Amino acid sequence: MKTAIIKYNAGNIRSVQFALERLGVNGTVTDNHEEIMSADKVIFPGVGEASTAMQYLKERKLDQVIAGLQQPVLGICLGMQLLCKHSEENDTECIGVFDTAVKRFQSPVENLLKIPQIGWNNITGLHSVMFEHVPENAYMYFVHSYYAALGADTVAITNYVINYSAALQKDNFYAVQFHPEKSAEAGARIIENFLNL
Amino acid sequence: MLTKRIIPCLDIKDGRTVKGINFENIRDAGDPIELGALYAEQGADELVFLDITATNERRKTLSELVTRIARHVNIPFTVGGGISSVEDVNVLLQSGADKISVNTSAFKDPGLVDKLAREFGSQCIVLAIDTRFEEGDWYVYLNGGRVKTPVKAFDWAKEAVDRGAGEILLTSMNNDGTKQGFALDITAQLSQHLNVPVIASGGAGNMAHFVDVFENAQADAALAASIFHYKEIEIPALKTFLYEKGVNVRF
Repeated sequence: MKTAIIKYNAGNIRSVQFALERLGVNGTVTDNHEEIMSADKVIFPGVGEASTAMQYLKERKLDQVIAGLQQPVLGICLGMQLLCKHSEENDTECIGVFDTAVKRFQSPVENLLKIPQIGWNNITGLHSVMFEHVPENAYMYFVHSYYAALGADTVAITNYVINYSAALQKDNFYAVQFHPEKSAEAGARIIENFLNL
Repeated sequence: MLTKRIIPCLDIKDGRTVKGINFENIRDAGDPIELGALYAEQGADELVFLDITATNERRKTLSELVTRIARHVNIPFTVGGGISSVEDVNVLLQSGADKISVNTSAFKDPGLVDKLAREFGSQCIVLAIDTRFEEGDWYVYLNGGRVKTPVKAFDWAKEAVDRGAGEILLTSMNNDGTKQGFALDITAQLSQHLNVPVIASGGAGNMAHFVDVFENAQADAALAASIFHYKEIEIPALKTFLYEKGVNVRF
């Protein structure tokens, strides 16, 4: 099995590679179109800023490559947000696999809500093969200031003052807002489930 | 609901874990990777590795150590100690660190915080402050607590957050090593007035101290070292205790 990890100007890619390694899988970090298109599984990770990331992907036509993938794709954190339609982060048009808006957390009262959300939060309403053997209310590690709103593709919900999409799924596209690669055993289970698709 | 975090801190010197009691009298507490993986398994929410080695070989050794940690540890970790440039941070993040912490270098050149936040995002920039209460207020100390400044900890924390620091790691030198509990007043002041998470550090001696700092000082996370290294408090027991006291924690 070939697993491609999309290489672009976003952080945390190494962590994903190490998480695969711990599961005995060798992930190839690449921005080569052929290599991505021919992989059995594609992971689209990332921590960073939406507009710079999209610009980088567009310059290399990686946005089109990603949108056209037929094999299982897993977007993580910024990767998930970039698979949505639009992000409020610097008013960025994204890839648009999910018909979902990405918005910034708003504190209802000043300083009540710390932004970014950093830490472990629980996921509920799980309904995706990604979450097989992952218990309802499992804790995952989140680091983000923007969130994907709830919608038709929502397959897991987290609450941070409001309910938002902790995970999305549509056809062959899977996406999680949290970092499964940093979420201990429960996170590793999700990556394993994805690799077993 | 977002949980309160328990963060063991591993001070690293020449690739080994040490812990300074009151910043002095360092004792060896073991292999950092072994210890880090053990804490992760026991339910630690994050780890902090502070490098206190001061040799020229430091940077290369540290990045190699960071890569080994990243390979073996499946929870987030922060690396700090002597970080003073965008390039230092780039190397450590590329090596697999999730966040980095800056202390003295950021105080001496506050523009560094802006640069790091712009380049890598606030979420991975932790501002560490060592502070001591004297003459009626909490003051910033530099160089591992050896150099006093006339600047108040709150003022510096606020400025750093405005410049882009994503978290504050606050160590009270008065409390550190005493096992008498965390510094609740300054932790509460920061936590209530800054809109980034505050990690309280220094003074943990028993499990009730953690409840205090979460409930009475609104800390988002609590950090400790020796009590974990010498197994005076074990993380699973601590998590159970916090849960029973109504603190929201991850199991």
